[in-house]
Amino acid sequence: MFSWRRFIVAAAFVAAIVAVIVLNARAVGSGATASETIHLSEVAHASGIDFVHQSPTLDPKVAHIAAHIAALGACVSVADVNNDGWPDLYFTTSRFGASNALYINQKDGTFRDAAAEAGIGSLNRAGEGVSMGAVWGDYDNDGLEDLLVYKWGYPQLFHNLGNGHFEDVTAQSGLRSWMNSNGAVWFDFDRDGLLDLYITGYFRSDIDFWHLKSTRIMQESWEFASNGGKNLLFKNLGNGHFKDVTDSLGVGSTRWTLAAAAADFNDDGWPDLYLANDYGPEELYLNDEGKRFELAHAGLEDDSKSGMAVALGDVYNRGEHDVFVTNISEKGFLFQGNNLRLNFLKELGKFNEVATGVVADAGWAWGAQFGDLNNDGLLDLVVANGFISADSTRSYWYAMSKIAGAQGNIFEDAKNWPAIGSASLSGYERSRVLLNRGPAGGGFVDVAPQAGVTDLLDGRAVAMADLFNNGLLDVVVANEKGRALLYRNDSDGRSPSPEGRGGQGVRSHWVELKLVGTRSNRSAIGAEVTAEIGPGRQRQVVDGGSGFCSQNDRRLHFGLGNQRLGRVTIRWPSGTAQVVNGLTIDQLHVITEPPR
Amino acid sequence: MLITLVLVVGEARYSILGGYQRLATTLGVCVATEVLLSWWLRGQVANVASAYITGISLALLTKPQANILWPFALGAFIAIASKYVLTYRGRHLWNPSNFAIALLVLVAADSVAVLSHQWGNDIGTNLVIWAFGLVIAWRAKVLHVTLTYVVCFVVFAVLRHLVVGGPLFAELAPITGPMYQLFVFFMVTDPRTTVSTRRGRIIVVAIVALVETLIRLAGDFQIGLLRPFYVSPPILALAMVGPAALFLDLWRTAQRTARVLA
Repeated sequence: MFSWRRFIVAAAFVAAIVAVIVLNARAVGSGATASETIHLSEVAHASGIDFVHQSPTLDPKVAHIAAHIAALGACVSVADVNNDGWPDLYFTTSRFGASNALYINQKDGTFRDAAAEAGIGSLNRAGEGVSMGAVWGDYDNDGLEDLLVYKWGYPQLFHNLGNGHFEDVTAQSGLRSWMNSNGAVWFDFDRDGLLDLYITGYFRSDIDFWHLKSTRIMQESWEFASNGGKNLLFKNLGNGHFKDVTDSLGVGSTRWTLAAAAADFNDDGWPDLYLANDYGPEELYLNDEGKRFELAHAGLEDDSKSGMAVALGDVYNRGEHDVFVTNISEKGFLFQGNNLRLNFLKELGKFNEVATGVVADAGWAWGAQFGDLNNDGLLDLVVANGFISADSTRSYWYAMSKIAGAQGNIFEDAKNWPAIGSASLSGYERSRVLLNRGPAGGGFVDVAPQAGVTDLLDGRAVAMADLFNNGLLDVVVANEKGRALLYRNDSDGRSPSPEGRGGQGVRSHWVELKLVGTRSNRSAIGAEVTAEIGPGRQRQVVDGGSGFCSQNDRRLHFGLGNQRLGRVTIRWPSGTAQVVNGLTIDQLHVITEPPR
Repeated sequence: MLITLVLVVGEARYSILGGYQRLATTLGVCVATEVLLSWWLRGQVANVASAYITGISLALLTKPQANILWPFALGAFIAIASKYVLTYRGRHLWNPSNFAIALLVLVAADSVAVLSHQWGNDIGTNLVIWAFGLVIAWRAKVLHVTLTYVVCFVVFAVLRHLVVGGPLFAELAPITGPMYQLFVFFMVTDPRTTVSTRRGRIIVVAIVALVETLIRLAGDFQIGLLRPFYVSPPILALAMVGPAALFLDLWRTAQRTARVLA
């Protein structure tokens, strides 16, 4: 018998199902709809960069999942190695016998690999381990950028001799300790003017991947694992020696840290440490005046994902260090989502996670960096994606899902993992170029295809630098088992007009700062700069390593749009505050730390 | 009681909810829908215990893209409404949360996954829940359903291991996880959506395990057409087998009754 009440309920039921389908479709499509103002051209080969990363070969005991374990090590870090005013690039590779590359900027749009003659190329050797990344920092304050290469093996410290050559000073430095590391940052935690070093541990340090004693090497949990390698903090003693102060400072996390970044998150004048941990929650270690670090309760501890990069940026020009941490999303299987955490430590004692849409779900995301690519005064975001691109018709996701929900002692043993064979795992994913339109403009929008970023390589490290000294940030991507990419910024220097997105837009301006420490470390790593841009204040920190196994140029780049550049405040690592007014726009300024 | 225990322990130790607004949404929508529809269609407000269980199950099992809430709201409404819409001879055919999750996974895979939080992969927590669950299943007289499923899962896991050739532990591993706790104690044993005889329930749950294994083999052999199914094999197996079995059971019962009356 017909009942109109039943009919109405049935109609509502069907309408709800239709709503699910419609809303799901909306979740898929969220690209840019208008012409955008970022234009990037991939010019690596044309610029003389033909670097191809090679993955490590491992002990045959884990051959069945070697493609999974060994899918790391493609790194890029930026520094002006020869002090010629032009940023240079260092790439790592990870196979025995393969050479890392130091691309010296030739100032004409091209680069030349000088790693071999510099003595920092052939670092991947049996018994010593393979390179996983590198960070530059002037640890002895001689005005020359030195190099720390972290490895699955013994890390290596190279002293820049200033003549195009480097000296391996690891043995006398106190750093020769076997680690399976995928990250490191230089920072001066005790503000004594000497760069200290924080090296993260991923796999346990007793694991030698070429002579495995056991296959029980994997994480004990996908969510709250703490059986990873121990992170180590080395204090720079000033005589070329470093001392392990990890335990006394309380920063020896064993949470499978993949990335770290240092900045003063709570504005107390001391650099803190933010960690992105695989298989676990992120960690913020607040620096208690260089005497101790305290693990903060900042809203991070319950949100367990697979953190892989820490990018710092003042997203909405509030004068704060906000944090972007990459994670994993895979249709149907897993939606962890990237985290965009706005810093409200001073107001609320915590970060607020605000990632949605294209910011949250990029794929299997790795490296990421903030930078104002179109000089409109707002920091944009580049995210590298893709884990293992092999046979595109086969996926390892289902096989991995069998063990992902299981008890930890099952998958802690690598021999219980299904073989990956020729399958892909979140492979062939494109990178994202997220244009920041500001809170009033709807936040971030993905403009990668329109900007010219369409590669499907397995991106790992992302670094940004004004490589051609033209006032535009370029993007370098190191790809796993793939060629490195250099995206030259060919934007036309115009940003959207304030009245709307139509028309020709307005001429964008910029300013760049190179800071030179005197009482602070010479590299000025950790210096905090706040620039008044129109009504907002954008804060940046001189980079000692960030993203995922990457390091941006230490010159700070501020896009201004057509807004007025007001006061620029520099807080040097020593604690000295300096205010600079009237900086000329559209040029680089070298600022030396004033005397006390 | 058990599902409340699962919720409390899981949230306290592992923050399994991913935000209380998710629980508030599913519980609120489930209970409100149950109250409204039962009153409107049947003239009396139904006991909301079932809606409570459905709400918690959905909050625990549904893992959405980013922080979107609509899968919880719409999933909760669809789950409870299915009890009033998808009926045969006065019985609803699908376990409500099973129906909603299966539907979300199949038509909204870009927005929804199933239980990516794994409760720490901690054996201690799982043993406690298994112990309580088995006792409660015994008291509710559905232990035979749970045990049949577990035995069948193990047997089929060994068979898959022999067919696929991977590590045996990889095939056994899923049942040690939390999704299966919810599945074996709350979905596959739901008295409202199981067949009438003990023997029938045993046969049906064995068929559920068999279909699950077929889905899993489809995953192992990368049958692309079935990809939407192998993101959550047991839930989709039950969504297919359970209603069909209940429909047949009700139909046969009606036929028998008709013959007796004739």
